[in-house]
This record gives sequence, structure tokens and C-alpha cells, in this order.
Amino acid sequence: MTTVFDEKIHSTLGDSRLQLAIYKATGRLMENRKKVVADDVLPDYQELRQQAHEIKRHAINHLDYYLEEFERNVQARGGVVHWCRDGQEVADVVLSIAKRRKTGTIIKSKSMATEEIELNERLEHHGLESVESDLGEYILQLNHEKPYHIVAPALHLTRYDVADIFTKHLGLEREVVIEKQTKIARNIMRDKFLEAGIGISGANFLVADSGAVVLVENEGNARLSTTAPKVHIAVAGIEKIIPRAQDLATMLKVLGRSATGQPLTVYTSFLSSVRRENEVDGPEEFHVILLDNGRTKVLANESKRESLFCIRCGACLNHCPVYRKIGGHSFPWVYSGPIGAIITPQFHGVENQPKLAFASSLCGACGEVCPVKIDIPKVLLELRADAKEKEKEVASNQLERAAFQVFAYIASRPKLWRRLTGLAGTFNPMGKQANGMAKVPGFMKLGPLQEWLSERDLAPVAPKSFRTMWKERKG
Amino acid sequence: MAKRVTIFVTCIVDQLFPNAGMAMASVLEQLGYEVDFPEAQTCCGQPAFNTGYRDEARTVALHTMKVLKGAEYVIVPSGSCTSMISHHYHDLFPKDSPEYHEAEELSHRVYEFSKFLTDVAKVEDFGANYDGVVTFHDACHGLRDLKVKDGPRRMLANVKGLELREHDTCEECCGFGGTFSVKFAELSGHMVRTKLDSIVRSGADTVAAVDCSCLMQIQGAISRAGLPIKTKHLAEILASR
Repeated sequence: MTTVFDEKIHSTLGDSRLQLAIYKATGRLMENRKKVVADDVLPDYQELRQQAHEIKRHAINHLDYYLEEFERNVQARGGVVHWCRDGQEVADVVLSIAKRRKTGTIIKSKSMATEEIELNERLEHHGLESVESDLGEYILQLNHEKPYHIVAPALHLTRYDVADIFTKHLGLEREVVIEKQTKIARNIMRDKFLEAGIGISGANFLVADSGAVVLVENEGNARLSTTAPKVHIAVAGIEKIIPRAQDLATMLKVLGRSATGQPLTVYTSFLSSVRRENEVDGPEEFHVILLDNGRTKVLANESKRESLFCIRCGACLNHCPVYRKIGGHSFPWVYSGPIGAIITPQFHGVENQPKLAFASSLCGACGEVCPVKIDIPKVLLELRADAKEKEKEVASNQLERAAFQVFAYIASRPKLWRRLTGLAGTFNPMGKQANGMAKVPGFMKLGPLQEWLSERDLAPVAPKSFRTMWKERKG
Repeated sequence: MAKRVTIFVTCIVDQLFPNAGMAMASVLEQLGYEVDFPEAQTCCGQPAFNTGYRDEARTVALHTMKVLKGAEYVIVPSGSCTSMISHHYHDLFPKDSPEYHEAEELSHRVYEFSKFLTDVAKVEDFGANYDGVVTFHDACHGLRDLKVKDGPRRMLANVKGLELREHDTCEECCGFGGTFSVKFAELSGHMVRTKLDSIVRSGADTVAAVDCSCLMQIQGAISRAGLPIKTKHLAEILASR
């Protein structure tokens, strides 16, 4: 059955301009990472990954403990922690603060958690203006698009696309010079920064022992969004917690390198309280919204829990040969690539995303680069097994299941296996092309064989199997 | 007395690429090993496992475990099938069940062909001759699960008449991925053509790998594109005279 997923894959594959844009941009990110994790540059990188893995594993296995510690430390410095089950509850918190502060404008820095719950749309629905200040996100917001990539949201757009978007939505003269485009966005945003009563950010890390929200970025917009407005609200998935400030020594080292190939991003902000006496800037109110939205469901499953270790670096996307072909928008949720393929079915139910875990050749490139060593291929395999269990429950895809049952039956009965595979060689109805490859008669072009032949030729069944050749040689 | 090794040739080599299996056996015999081929072997069960059919994969795994019981060294001409046995069989059984331990015990006895040569036989020059420009494709599971990387390249470099030339996407997947290749055929086709472009850029006339399934995919794309490039299992090159 052709799904929306299949259609999007097909259309992305057919768009040669897009293909080149994705391939080049991800290729650049791969190169950048490679340079900063190379053995001669950072000889202990593999140990760092292991450390990062242990830190996240410990944090996730003791999530309740560290979240409460985090809350106490935020409160001790005059901040407020809100526990929200879903996007609606987050929107309610923000709306009530906006109402109390009598502000209609919100400035936002980049955050996947807010993308996940479509916070902008929810706020706009209530008449608030929520402006993205990350350049990529701003471009997408103008054009009503979802992020194409976890770290580089506008990765699929060229400067010519951006020029078109600016012309269309801002009514400006076409401008294709990147520096000038940046200036246009900057000028518009300056006013919004001053006008906004609330700044909303995400969080790269929540540090339990210091009650701090840590943000990494390169444009400085996150720092401005969180310090210029009178109110700062950080929205963070509960899995963002790490136990100690000193863990950042590991986490920051692997995050920047994996994401953009930077040893450190240009800005790293530690935000832990409201403006204190004698401080010249900083917000009057500091709120942290801890978002569940399905995370506790993932947590409950011990074998796939590691999916929550993710620090959203995007390296698995850049290195995934599938993402590099089908791009971000083919995926059904804001989380794309390998990490999207493992968390989307867990958040939304395997039965609602039955194909996602299968859209992988299981090459393992994702797991190899993951800075917190999530075994993504293993989780994909488990999700595939879950998907087949669900199919079994509702008696769908019966033909495929029957085929594999037959396969297992035969493959565990050596005599039968020998007889049947022997027949394949003897009574092979396929002919041969001039180059020796199989020439498949029309009546056989069905199902998987048809799919195979749609893209490539088929190797012929050998006239003599290995088994036969071996027997003949041994005499 | 000659040391005995057991070969598990995989279903795909048995049916489609028997020459790769014969070449593997002859390289091993050249090193003085006595090669045993248990007739009862079938398939490792990976197609079922990777498609999510764990019960079916378990049935096949149990059979294969029985066939390979007692073999001191099991040698497989495929990184992917080796990894299925060494890295995934135990996942099919409850932790601490007898089968779990049996699978784990087997995982230490099973070797991908080139890995056996580098780690156990410790021989990398077989006096082979091959006239051609060869590029080596790093099959994913061999590369990432079994860390097969430099060994085959060193062996190829020792082959007389052979020029080894890297293609720039040597570590990138060919797009086969078992049932992925037919469930997402168009995508799989795009992936292999990216691989093929890189192979063509390298100027090689032969693609070598330690996995016949990758080679089947690459060969299929080569044939469809009408290119004069050969595909060879590493063993076939090491056995050529």
C-alpha cells in the first residue's frame, strides 16, 4: 500500500535540485565532524562517547531523582518549574504568563521541543505573535515549513530559495547575497527582541545540581532571547537532564563536535536564575517547563529506553544514507533521520507508524557516530519486531508472514532445503542476458522480484550450487 | 595433522555465487586447513530477523546453532551473516537461557573470512595474481560490527598485478539491506547508483567486497547501467592465479 511516507520519498528522490542540496549540506557536516574527532586531534574521543553514554544512562535511569533535584535548585534561585504532560499544558502555562504580563509578542530561540508540540501555532491561535529568532527557523516560519533537520532546520534551502521566501513574505526586493539576507532578518528581529515581553528557549541540558538551563548556539539569538525580555521560559523535554555541572565537560565536548564539527559552539549560556541585585540584565521571571509528551512511555520500555539519551546533535541524520536521499520532510514528525525513525513510533505508537523502522538498510552509520552511543540499529530491529507483532494481532500483511513461516520451516529442515534449492537450479525458468545476468520472464515479474528489477538487474541462479560443486570435487 | 575449519557458506553463496565459496575453501586449504562443509547448513536466518519475524528467525538460528555445534572455527564469506550469528543470535533468546549461552559461546567461534585470515591464520599474502584495478567496498556489517577495514586492503595490496584504488564513498552503504531493497526499491536504487558513481570515478574495473549480497546489489546496478565493471568476492581475487 502506498502511503504518504512513500509518496514523499518518491517526490524527494525525483527532485534533483533538492537531492544535491541535501547531499552537499550533509556531506559538509560529515566532513566538519570528521576533522574534530580524528584520532590525531582528539585521541580520547571514543572514551568521551562512552562517558557521555554513561552520564545519560545514569541520568535517564534516575530521572525522577534528578528532575526533583533540578526543580529544588531552580526554585532556590527564584525560578519556577512547571511539569507539563503535553503541548496543550505548555501552551496554557505560556498563555497565562503572557496574560499576566500583558504581552502580545514572544521572541523564540530554536527548540525542537517547541517544534514537537507546535507551540507557535498554539500561541498564534490565541492571538500571540511568536517570532523565531534563529535564522533558519525564521525563514521556515515565514514559509510555514517544518524544520528539515534537527540542527540545520533550513538545510534544504539554497540562498535563492531564501531570496524567494523573503520576496514573497516580506515584500522586499529579491536579495541573493547571504550576508545581506542575514542583515534583513537581523533588522526585523532587533525590533522584536525589544518588543517581546517573553523569550522562549529550549534547553540543550538541564543541570540538576545547579538548576541551570544550558543553551548552545552560534548566532547569539538564544542569549538575547533569554536575557532581553522580562520573562524567560525554557521548554525542555524531561530527558534533557544531566546530574552535575561537571558532566558538561563531557557533554559539551561531544555535542558541538557531532553537530557542526565545532569544538565548542560560539555561545554557551548557563541560565539559572532571575536577574539578581546589582545585575544589569537578565529576566525578572525565570520559568522552566518540563515536558513529558510521551517520554515517560519510552522510559517505561527498558530495552528501548536508550532512545531518550539523544542530545539532538543531528549527526545520525548527516551520516544516514537514507536521510541523505529522502531528506527531512519525508519523515512524518519533526524528528527526522535515524533518531526520528526510532522515537516517532515510540511516541506515536508502532501501529501508527508501521513503515518507519523499515526505511533503513541497517548500515549502522548512525550508531557509529552517535555521541551518546545509542544503538539505533538495535532499536530499529526491535521496532520492526514490534511492528510485526502488531500486524499479527490484527491479521494484516498475512502473505509476507506466511512467506517467512514457510522460509523458517524449510530452512530448519536441511533435506527439504536441499531438495528445494536444488530444484531452483535445475528448473530455473530464467534465461540469461548477454552479460550473464538473469533474463526474467514476464510471468515472474511480481512482488519482490518486480521491485528488485525495477531498479537493477538480477544475478542468475548458479547452474551448480556450492553444495553440488563441493560434492563433485570431493568425489 | 591439518587443523580443521568449518565453513558456513550462506544461502546466497550456495545458490548464486558458489565460486566465492569455492575460492574461500581453496584459500583456506592453501594455508593447510582441512575444510569441513556441514551438509545440513541452510541460512543464518537474517532475512527473517531483519524483517521483524523473530519467531521465524529463532527457528532458523536454532537449526544453524545445531549444525555448527562443536566446530572449532566457523568461517563465513559474509560480514553480514557473520554478524547475524555473532551479534544477534543471543538477542533471540531470553537472557540466561541455555540457548542464550550457546549463542554467545558460538559468537566467539564464528569468523568472517578476512577476519579469520588476519586474526587467526595471520596470513595476508597468498601469492595471488590479478590483473586489474580493484576498489574495495566496505560492507556495512563487516565494517561496523566486525571492524573489517584494513585487513582486506592489505591482502589486496599483496596481489601481483593488482592496483588498489579507493572510491570516495567506500564506507557508504550500497543500499541493499535485505528486504529493504524491495520494500523501498526506488530508494535502494538511488543509494546504489550513488555508490556506483563513486566507483566509476575511481576508475576501477573491479569491485571487491566480503559480502556477496552487497555485490549482488552493485552488480545488478552495473549491469543495468551497462558498465564494464566486474564484481568479485575478496576470496575470488585471493584465489586467482
